[in-house]
Amino acid sequence: MSKYYLNYLDELESEAIYVLREVWAQFQNPVILFSGGKDSIVVTHLARKAFFPAKIPFALMHVDTGHNFPETIQFRDDLIKELGVRLIVGSVQESIDQGRVAEERGKNATRNALQITTLLDAIESNKIDCAIGGGRRDEEKARAKERFFSHRDDFGQWDPKNQRPELWNLFNGKQFEGEHFRAFPISNWTEMDVWNYIKRENIQIPSLYFAHEREVVWRNNSWIPNSEFLKLEEHEEVVVKKIRFRTLGDITITGGIESDADTVAKIAEEVSAMRQTERGNRSDDKRSETAMEDRKRQGYF
Amino acid sequence: MQLDNSQLLRFTTAGSVDDGKSTLIGRLLYDSKSIFEDQLEAIEATSKQKGHEGVDLALFTDGLKDEREQGITIDVAYRYFTTPKRKFIIADTPGHIQYTRNMVTGASTANAAIILVDARHGVIEQTRRHAFIASLLQIPHIIVCVNKMDLVDFSEDVFNDIVGQFEKFSSKLLVKDIRFRPISALLGDNVVNRSENMPWYEGSTLLHTLETLHISSDVNKVDARFPVQTVLRPQSGEYLDYRGYAGRMASGVLRPGDEVTVLPSGFSSKIKTIDTFEGSVEEAFAPMSVSVTLEDDIDISRGDMIVRTNNKPEVSQDVEVMLCWLNNKPAKPRAKYTVRHTSNEQKAMIKEIVYKIDINTLERSSNGDDLEMNDICKVKLRTTQPLMFDSYQQNRTTGSLILIDEATNETVAAGMIV
Repeated sequence: MSKYYLNYLDELESEAIYVLREVWAQFQNPVILFSGGKDSIVVTHLARKAFFPAKIPFALMHVDTGHNFPETIQFRDDLIKELGVRLIVGSVQESIDQGRVAEERGKNATRNALQITTLLDAIESNKIDCAIGGGRRDEEKARAKERFFSHRDDFGQWDPKNQRPELWNLFNGKQFEGEHFRAFPISNWTEMDVWNYIKRENIQIPSLYFAHEREVVWRNNSWIPNSEFLKLEEHEEVVVKKIRFRTLGDITITGGIESDADTVAKIAEEVSAMRQTERGNRSDDKRSETAMEDRKRQGYF
Repeated sequence: MQLDNSQLLRFTTAGSVDDGKSTLIGRLLYDSKSIFEDQLEAIEATSKQKGHEGVDLALFTDGLKDEREQGITIDVAYRYFTTPKRKFIIADTPGHIQYTRNMVTGASTANAAIILVDARHGVIEQTRRHAFIASLLQIPHIIVCVNKMDLVDFSEDVFNDIVGQFEKFSSKLLVKDIRFRPISALLGDNVVNRSENMPWYEGSTLLHTLETLHISSDVNKVDARFPVQTVLRPQSGEYLDYRGYAGRMASGVLRPGDEVTVLPSGFSSKIKTIDTFEGSVEEAFAPMSVSVTLEDDIDISRGDMIVRTNNKPEVSQDVEVMLCWLNNKPAKPRAKYTVRHTSNEQKAMIKEIVYKIDINTLERSSNGDDLEMNDICKVKLRTTQPLMFDSYQQNRTTGSLILIDEATNETVAAGMIV
């Protein structure tokens, strides 16, 4: 076989670097949406590669629900320092205090949907014209339809039926005042690709991804971490389990799985044998069959 | 587990729900164990709800609310699966007439196209349209799947007849590699597993074909083309004077020491280094993303192209293009658009429509001055500044362009330079 070909991870990496450089070239004020989860960490790593030896030319933006894993915040702050980039925080608590949004009520209340308002407010007030995300098309059926450059109207809304056709690698980031874009450099990566890449590149990730003992509650078919924000039902019981998280989000809705995988290699092995999608542990996606599409239309990540 | 050196294959599927396209994709994912339990449970529940017998694999490819409600595919959806041999990306494109633009979109990045033919109906108008678009977009490999073989008693004669029908008209198209596979997506025959119902068929299964297609030689390795995306200037520390041209190799190979010319300015220099985050490399080839430094200080910016001095692309303000119109709003004669070609952006005017192609008969016609949605035609474009290009047939990256309507900012046309 010819030596002039890239293996799949190199090709995905090269594609993502190309997308990140296009974002930088086509927009005035892009940011990376940073959640502290593995996908946004990988995107940040790729941005470092794309602009080396220069620094990452974007700020990182974190939409903070106030319901955080402390480990995530520590990780975020350390990374910001190491990279020497600016951090922008959009606070859901502030949105609530300002009366922009109201807390959900009831047992399954979360701040997941409230993030949309905070995110859109932060995009507007910081005059951001492109928010780079770690969304992947394999995650969810509505995300399977995403473009690399995804247009949002002046209400921040996504119109999946009227997306601009995206041909070859020719991206169209043209926009009118008030509109913005979302860009997804790792669109074509799967969960497995992300883990294989983290392993290959030896990328640091929060300890939450590794198996550890934690106080948890069994709810909606997964282990929800005990925290000051969790309201226990009468029949629910806090137990200690050895678990790890497949995705990281708001602490009140991110379910863990029982696992002994305490290294990236073991996680990659575990993931390759998994028979459940990673968002299967996210109660935000379980609300209805089109929960993700509905949120994305309104301006969600 | 996947092998570390395995390649990525992008393919597109053309066909309608009636041809069993969704079932085929569902079958590929299901039999290669790429469907997760929670996804399967969701499909099982919906199948039951709709009163289907067994699991309807086609439901797996439904995405948007409207698609679920109407039972049609509206937009290109991307799906992924991996075998020990390769990683696959499927551009799942709708087969209905009004959605030609989606097929063109899916085809633009594909290494291979699967065209589905219903064994009961043979080659129909839609098949010809799909094959034509695949050839227009220069997809290197076409796999014609004659589906629903179970409904024609797995007949060898039916299969051979369809192969004959297809070859009769495909000889007029520019396709390098066409293969035929008799399958039943519903039952799984010859998709992932060999069919026991068709002992007369000695070729490989569809998945095996996808796993072994030789794709490394599809990339142009002759013409070194490096479109500059952006300039990297750290202006600090040990990289105080670093000036790197960042981009992705479109084709060919570049090495340090190569004599190069920068277009459109025409200044020449030599490649000093080719850099990546991991360090300098000995050579760069498509589709590597790298940063290039030159021996001489030349003014270079986004939109410029670095090429080998002894192998230059065409440089011209006048280009002939096969255009596929993608927008509801027709093009007016002599209308002005923004053209995006590699990292270059210019204004352009459609000077003349040379001919249109009737996508059903593949005949050329000269009637009509305006371009409507899904029209495919040959046009003459005039740009404000020269483009640096190769023909699409030689180079899918430097031979492709899009048109953007300045009034709406929408991408309105896809063009392949003749």
